[in-house]
Amino acid sequence: MSRPSTAGVPPDNGRPGRVRAAGARAFSTRTAAVLQRQGALVVLIAVCVLGVVRYGSFATPENLLNVLRQNSMLGLVALGMTVVILTGGIDLSVGSLVAVAGVVAAKVSGSGMIASLVAGVGVATALGLTNGVLIAKVRLPPFIVTLAMMIAARGAVLGATAEASLRMNRTGSGITWLGRGVFAGLPVPVLIVACAYAAGWLALRYTRWGRSVYAVGDSQDAARLLGLNVDRVLISTYALSGALAGLAGVVLAARLGAGQPVAGTGWELDAIAAVVVGGTLLTGGLGGVGSTLVGILLLGVIFNLFNLQGTITPWWQWIMRGAFLLGVVVVQSRLQRGFGHGQPR
Amino acid sequence: MMRGRTSLDPTRVALGALILLVLVNAWSTPNFATTSNLWNVLLQVSTVALVAIGMTLVVSTGGIDLSVGSVMAVGGAIGAILIPHGVVVAVAAALAGAVAIGLLNGLLVARMGVQPIVVTLATLIGGRGLAQVLSHDGQLVTIQHPGFELLGRGHLGPFPAPVVIMVLVTAVAMFTLRATAFGRYALASGGNAVAARLAGVPVALTVLTVYAGSAGLAGLAGLIEASRLGASDAAKIGMNMELDAIAATVVGGTALTGGRATIVGTVIGALIMQVIATSLNMLLVSYAWSLALKAAIILVAVYFQRPRLV
Repeated sequence: MSRPSTAGVPPDNGRPGRVRAAGARAFSTRTAAVLQRQGALVVLIAVCVLGVVRYGSFATPENLLNVLRQNSMLGLVALGMTVVILTGGIDLSVGSLVAVAGVVAAKVSGSGMIASLVAGVGVATALGLTNGVLIAKVRLPPFIVTLAMMIAARGAVLGATAEASLRMNRTGSGITWLGRGVFAGLPVPVLIVACAYAAGWLALRYTRWGRSVYAVGDSQDAARLLGLNVDRVLISTYALSGALAGLAGVVLAARLGAGQPVAGTGWELDAIAAVVVGGTLLTGGLGGVGSTLVGILLLGVIFNLFNLQGTITPWWQWIMRGAFLLGVVVVQSRLQRGFGHGQPR
Repeated sequence: MMRGRTSLDPTRVALGALILLVLVNAWSTPNFATTSNLWNVLLQVSTVALVAIGMTLVVSTGGIDLSVGSVMAVGGAIGAILIPHGVVVAVAAALAGAVAIGLLNGLLVARMGVQPIVVTLATLIGGRGLAQVLSHDGQLVTIQHPGFELLGRGHLGPFPAPVVIMVLVTAVAMFTLRATAFGRYALASGGNAVAARLAGVPVALTVLTVYAGSAGLAGLAGLIEASRLGASDAAKIGMNMELDAIAATVVGGTALTGGRATIVGTVIGALIMQVIATSLNMLLVSYAWSLALKAAIILVAVYFQRPRLV
């Protein structure tokens, strides 16, 4: 049983990437963590430079805003996924919760934007909370619980809508502003994501809750010995992931003008890919919001470049995405091992 | 604390549940207990069972293989485009292509130390794209070859060919897991990789082999599906198969943490899911609600297997 002093207590200077650091390993771990995070950033910059050099239409405000807007919903989902993964868990249900929230928001859209938003996000949060309780209190594995939620929530939303889209009540509700509006020159979805990421960054870095997330991800036993309420931290992260998936679902439905029961299919995989590419470790305790932002932007810009190229079929894009994901994780695992920090196998 | 439950063997619970399900359906669902329907259930379950057996081997080492559905599509696509060169060439190339993806998975997991879920997520994404590219850029490639059709639609006496293949693979996998050194290595690697390595178990080679085996079985399942459909549909074959295979594995009593696995349990798990799907279909319950029930069954099965607090 590890003693609290060596178990990766978050240091007071608030560097999330360093919770595993102990003794002589501190420097190498820090270097590895920095390389991991900056690695994705370096690639992002390189890809952007390539875009500017090769494609005249890449660096235009319209195109860049388009990239941001297209990736905003997935960005919200990936933010919640990041927090869950930081605790060492995983949330496969987010794609289905996107659909549930969108359909619920469309259903009550006649009662106005706020009601619609609250209902959509509320239902998704409740389902995320259910995940959390089953994982923390009943001690079922996160992979299975959220897999079951993914299947059940998709089934419920398909059943409730008879597999048809539900149109938003646009007259008077103003809900579509959430998805299509422009505020201070920026698309509203982009502003929502910016606020969410800023809040997430601050919360993880400076709040008691945020430090607990890292501690739990580092070692649940140690966190429990420290006196942290591990169950509550776990439940809160799955509820948050559900809430953010719900927010993404409402924004998506607002953008499309309809709640679609098939919305968000496969988003859990895209979100996990973005988190991993950014440099957050699936084992928990290492990584953060900034990494995921870089991961989302990197995948988004690459996708945008594929489109600007125009000659790459969607199938080849999938192959390249898979290959890219593999390349990134291989480099990451090399870096980790090179600094004596990898897990066996 | 949970002492009282430890006597419940999850595989026996699953078998009991399967028998109960069949009896209830035989009594209450019209036309369920007919020979044609029972063959139909077995035929439907055969490809899921094949993939789930491979998944069980991977899970026994503490890994997971999300790429199986895409590998099925790749297998089907290679088979379809090479069928003009003869059945043997097509089938061999399809299996080889599938195993190659499995070897890539295994190499990255065993040698590079990348997490299985990430590696196989990447091959899930890339594999589906590859299957589409192979199918002449996303077209439906029809197959007209009487020899190839036997794989999915042929019969051996009264037994449909896929069911025969499923039974053979089940027997071989059971024998491998129980009675060969490789099987013990797999379970030892899943139980405690470090201890296994110190004890002289070739952990990396074992892990490499299970991923190759899983992909090979997925490729075989893809060929059977393509043969049954008479076409390779790269967008559809094996879609979400990883979820069904994981569900069957877990419901059957294999621990996701590795170190404990049961092939029979997995086949029982696959049968439970199929009997439920078929009977709900016959009772005209919508697909949506059968999904919800499927989720509930997975949760209940895992509840019985949760780690005991001693």
